[in-house]
Amino acid sequence: MRKVIIGNHALSYGAMLSRAQVIAAYPITPQTEVIELLSEMCANGELDAKFIKVESEHSAMTACVGASATGVRTFTATSAQGLALMHEVLHWAVGARTPVVMGNINRAMAPPWTIWTEQTDSLSQRDTGWMQIYCQNNQEVLDSVIQAYKVAEQVKLPAMVILAAFVLSHTSETVEMPEQEKVDEFLPPYELEYKIDPDDPHAFGGLTGPDGYFELRYIIQKAIEDAIPKWEEVGEEFGKLFGRSYGLVETYKIEDAKELIISSATVASTARSAIDYLREKGKKVGLLRIRVFRPFPAEKVKSLLSAIDKAIVIDRNISFGASGIFYQEVKAACYNEKNKPPIFGVITGLGGRDVGKKDIIDIYEYVMKQDKVESDIIWKGVRV
Amino acid sequence: MVEIRLHGRGGQGTVVAAKILADAMSKIGKYVQAFPEYGVERRGAPVKAFIRIDDDIIYIKSQIYEPDNLVILEPALIGTIDLIYGLKEGGWIIVNTNKDPAEMKFDGNYRIATIPATKIALKHHLGSKAAPIVNTAILGGVIKILELCDLDTLVEAVREGVPIKEDANVAATKEAFESTKGGR
Repeated sequence: MRKVIIGNHALSYGAMLSRAQVIAAYPITPQTEVIELLSEMCANGELDAKFIKVESEHSAMTACVGASATGVRTFTATSAQGLALMHEVLHWAVGARTPVVMGNINRAMAPPWTIWTEQTDSLSQRDTGWMQIYCQNNQEVLDSVIQAYKVAEQVKLPAMVILAAFVLSHTSETVEMPEQEKVDEFLPPYELEYKIDPDDPHAFGGLTGPDGYFELRYIIQKAIEDAIPKWEEVGEEFGKLFGRSYGLVETYKIEDAKELIISSATVASTARSAIDYLREKGKKVGLLRIRVFRPFPAEKVKSLLSAIDKAIVIDRNISFGASGIFYQEVKAACYNEKNKPPIFGVITGLGGRDVGKKDIIDIYEYVMKQDKVESDIIWKGVRV
Repeated sequence: MVEIRLHGRGGQGTVVAAKILADAMSKIGKYVQAFPEYGVERRGAPVKAFIRIDDDIIYIKSQIYEPDNLVILEPALIGTIDLIYGLKEGGWIIVNTNKDPAEMKFDGNYRIATIPATKIALKHHLGSKAAPIVNTAILGGVIKILELCDLDTLVEAVREGVPIKEDANVAATKEAFESTKGGR
């Protein structure tokens, strides 16, 4: 069955169909509709879950971590300042190996006060160990929540399903609703071997000295590395059941491409129309959309860039004092490779400034005129 | 792909109009995308909403800069801000007004249709006299002019898409469908 729903509700339906058992969340624009709908579903019995009202995002994540440690499926959603307030507990969720799934609506950080889209909020959390999935449409948002539980529960790490403020969160799109029975088949109930149980008390996350902590970090790194093939397997399995396959990355018209535009989320989605236009003009340009950012699909990126003359990474985010963040990651992945193209980094669309097809065509044409990379940032559209 | 841009004022139901039209198009199997100009949806302020309709998944996520057709819910905006920017040649401009299409003047080669949507909305007590909600009325005209779907499909979407006064909204949609001037 098809529905026309906003991206926020795609998150809600994803959590509902995944049979989330505990939801703890605090409202923030532009995330509010996610938890409004979930609280309605809990109230009217559509979803058999405990909805915990909390006084902050820090508490929301704490409740999710605690609940997850008892062996139940948990969900929350937030955005920007709310995600930043969770920061301490994001690390906790990883260290405690709780497969919490969270929706994050990419919103620019204040001040100045703002509600529009930018990826710097979630990318600021890249080193916490959370898996991060950047979605390009509402269908992918819904589908990714379901897949996120499956991967997260296998590798025992939390996952963040990420969508652009307004561009997806408040945009109504056609979404094919997965059938509950099929979702149940795809995603069996969460089983946890070691869980918090008042009848069988154990210490959990207690003081661990230098003789033990190091190994626990090693194990987390191995777990997130294991997630790399898991995202591919789970995305393919999802495709077999629902007709929509997913992977770590998505490519478009790359077969004979000499140049590659690399981006993520809705900017990458819009870039398709620019690729179509440029292909019509005879340009041999393709698109690489990075869907899973953590774990970073370095092998994919390296192999796709090995036969390319020029790569352009378009970032809707910035690491102050460095450059665009996807740009850094792509460049770092390729550094030790023998065959690698010059990689150009473009920053655009900060604070929700619209990024259209023409902007991407302009970026491509500008980069084609450059012989070499002069600077780590090419600013597109900034009025200075 | 068909791209339509709607111009109105906050409170007229411009954003809901885009959503209802999207729902109607979804009912006939189309892929749709409907969204407001984010963050400016305040009562009385000029607002824009956008809708894309296609036979396949819609990838483009930007605002609509070169619409195929334009819907103006608030005629008082005409001449105060640029409404027709980027409108494709030969595209429809569908205006909420009691005037005849021939009385409407726009620079460029466009087709013009008029719907007395405010009059119809007031007749059916949609919104207040000071702030009538014209969205369901204008949609009746939009469907008639653009022939996007049949009236029954739209009526079904209106019924599902309005928060209150289902019957009055449906009546307004139907009346507008009949009283739209222009047409192909």
